Amino acid sequence: MRKYITDFTIVGKQVYNESYFSLTLQHPDRLPEIAAGQFVEVEVPDNKQVMLRRPISIHDVDIDNNTLTILVQVVGKGTRTLSKLSEGQKLNLVYPLGHGFSLEGTHTLLVGGGAGIAPLLHLSKCLSAKGIRPTILLGGRTAALIPVQKEFEPYGTIGFATEDGSLGEKGLVTQHSLFSADYDHIYTCGPTPMMKAVARYALEKGIECEVSLENMMACGIGACLCCVVDSDEGHKCVCKEGPVFNAKKLTNWIKQ
Amino acid sequence: MLQTKIHNLTLKNPVMTASGTFGYGEEFADFIDLNRLGGIIVKGTTGERRQGNPYPRMAETPSGMLNAVGLQNVGVETFCKEVYHRIKDLDTNIIVNVSGSSIEEYCKTAAMIDELDNIPAIELNISCPNVKKGGMGFGTNPDMAAQVVSEVRKIYHKTLIVKLTPNVTSVVEIAKAVEGAGADSVSLINTLLGMAIDVEKQRPYLSTITGGLSGPAVKPVAVRMVWQVAHAVSIPVIGLGGITSAADALEFLMAGAKAVQVGTANFIDPAVTMKIIDGLEDYCKRHRINDINDIIGII
Repeated sequence: MRKYITDFTIVGKQVYNESYFSLTLQHPDRLPEIAAGQFVEVEVPDNKQVMLRRPISIHDVDIDNNTLTILVQVVGKGTRTLSKLSEGQKLNLVYPLGHGFSLEGTHTLLVGGGAGIAPLLHLSKCLSAKGIRPTILLGGRTAALIPVQKEFEPYGTIGFATEDGSLGEKGLVTQHSLFSADYDHIYTCGPTPMMKAVARYALEKGIECEVSLENMMACGIGACLCCVVDSDEGHKCVCKEGPVFNAKKLTNWIKQ
Repeated sequence: MLQTKIHNLTLKNPVMTASGTFGYGEEFADFIDLNRLGGIIVKGTTGERRQGNPYPRMAETPSGMLNAVGLQNVGVETFCKEVYHRIKDLDTNIIVNVSGSSIEEYCKTAAMIDELDNIPAIELNISCPNVKKGGMGFGTNPDMAAQVVSEVRKIYHKTLIVKLTPNVTSVVEIAKAVEGAGADSVSLINTLLGMAIDVEKQRPYLSTITGGLSGPAVKPVAVRMVWQVAHAVSIPVIGLGGITSAADALEFLMAGAKAVQVGTANFIDPAVTMKIIDGLEDYCKRHRINDINDIIGII
């Protein structure tokens, strides 16, 4: 899949709370095909403290309007600078990067937590386009940390799990009533302990499982070799060979 | 206008890519015309396949980054059997960075690369700060540097470039030692040994604690060292360290480098090398320079 480096214009911005915002970015020309689970490397403008691009998941794609949306969690200098941008400003992207979700399975469960919810919206839409209606389970410490909720409604059955019980069932996603062995394929993206718990369960039950990793990276295209995961086949670049991996290839990582 | 020479190599222009920042070139084929480059120094290659260091391997620092990849690579046999055939027909100088933990390993790798028709040179890496054995150990002592270069020189017959570390008291002393041992060219600088600590987590950012600093932060150090070495040796010098623009490249050329390598900047803008080449052409036109060599070493 060909990669591009190009300027987009910010045509939409939504601030969910102090931690989360989204930017909708428009390109003058038609976008290439973007697989669910792929990401962009965003150049952070106007901040001399931030040199490297920031890897951010593609949350949504609107082919008719040449737009893609990124959902961003404010975690440091780079994402804080991005949070201050406004409509009309330009943003330079290298995209679409990485290896996305397979879209396989008929009874699918999507498990997301925190910023890991981001790629699951585009995944829900892609599964929906294949005629598959997934079960979508979203978790966070509290309701405010599950920034996107309603957007998922048209595409599947939704459940929420919060540790304080402020939304949905109280507890972790892996304790939710919808989290069961009634699926043939589980897709997960979120905090590492959550993904490991989900993957461990899937492997035990013999359910196909794909996890989307988020490692620190520099280039995003497989050149610097900084973002590696300790896979069963040795170090693999999360940016190029991932970010989505089949859990069967990460049994070492799951155990760590 | 931009053509330059490093020993027996003719470069279309002085802009090459630095080892470890450009993969095997293929990773950048979507963004640039690889054939426009003066040369590509491919990923550091060792006698056996290496997994490199554990994650995390990088940290962003002011105007730079630390890395501790630790020479993860497929090994020389896989390079020769597989990678070489994918890249050998590129119309540029493909140079293999040869790394190792022992003189025997350097020699084994160099001898195998010597057999490859379309690899006109190697860059002997005696300066990697991220491996426990060898690497920078050879490059910080003039006698050891001379020894490894003279052994490789016996079995390697094409252009031999030696990559130097800045982590020494006198880079000139090391440069003179490798020149005396038969190097055809020196490239400098490799990364500066550095360290960064995450104060919230109260632990180093890198799994290896220390790593190599690169990016614009190191450029003035690199320009200084290139200038010192260019005045002290008679073999061509290749300059690198923090180049992100044509103006940066020109600083190295004026300081005495016959060619430059672009490294960390490739991570930020995968098309940056093309902008640098265009910028050099533009500079020559603006200053009515017919031959880039006219400004090399003018300082």
